[in-house]
Amino acid sequence: MSLKPPVGPQDHVQGYPDAPIELVEYGDFECPFCGQAYYSVKAVQAALGDDLRFVFRNFPLAQAHPHALPAAQAAEAAGLQGRFWEMHDVLFEHQDMLDEPDLFRFAGALGLDLERFARDFASPEVAAKIRADFLSGARSGVNGTPTFFVNGERYDGSWAPQDFVAALSSLARDVAVRP
Amino acid sequence: MALEAGKQAPDFSLNSTPDQKVSLSELRGRRVILAFYPADWSPVCSDQLPIYSELVPEFRRYGAEIMGISVDGVWCHAAFAKDRKLRFPLLADFEPKGEVARAYDVCRRKDGFSERALFVIDREGIIRWSYVSPIGINPGADGILEALENMEGKKS
Repeated sequence: MSLKPPVGPQDHVQGYPDAPIELVEYGDFECPFCGQAYYSVKAVQAALGDDLRFVFRNFPLAQAHPHALPAAQAAEAAGLQGRFWEMHDVLFEHQDMLDEPDLFRFAGALGLDLERFARDFASPEVAAKIRADFLSGARSGVNGTPTFFVNGERYDGSWAPQDFVAALSSLARDVAVRP
Repeated sequence: MALEAGKQAPDFSLNSTPDQKVSLSELRGRRVILAFYPADWSPVCSDQLPIYSELVPEFRRYGAEIMGISVDGVWCHAAFAKDRKLRFPLLADFEPKGEVARAYDVCRRKDGFSERALFVIDREGIIRWSYVSPIGINPGADGILEALENMEGKKS
């Protein structure tokens, strides 16, 4: 099961383009498992350092999680002001506070231009970006949230912090010794 | 083994609500996705069906309607669909239990419920793609989307 399309300019990326490990998450800001996985990803980032680049794509199960779509809109709107990752972190750290006034409060706390944020939050472009992420996940074999892809292939192993760090560190070593 | 591509999809008439029935023959002219699943409320099904629910507009873009089928009764389906806010019908293969699953050859006789199986049926009622997932594994939607994409541009 492989990632379609590959990581490109449309994506939110942390880390260097030539990092040997590329981790892509399809996530939903209201999903409790994604909330747990947020800390696993932080652990992997801390352990692998420059060997990892991390990409987040939206997979909001909007019917099941009524806050998931507005939260994704907030993250994308923050992204248009260069602050996607700050908003991503705030959302996952406050999954019990995702009502619309909370989202605008977070935007204010991040120092965003709130008029522009409000416009982007409700814009068709942001909605289309989220939908495109969702459909790319459906095409790539996402079957729940979170679903991870490592170097383009679906990762079906455990993402509990220790397991995830061990699996990706071992893969990083394998990639490093390849001639 | 589940019925394979090229076979005629067996017709059925099943309740989608206490007073509404859906039959496959009425849907001739539309493409149909049948998602057989073991049971309402089971953890894997509870992940699988909400993804399909989000994709209803995408399936329609390909001229396809999706329907879930399990051996649960209509009241159980109604409660499950409401809880998960599903936007497509769940059909009750309830009496005789599992009869439609048997017709599609996806019944687990010893368990009394169906396999986790997907069928994509064309406008003429011919199965174009089928897939049986390991019971504990959510097959996602990529196979369905690929099957629909392969049918694009064809009249059926």
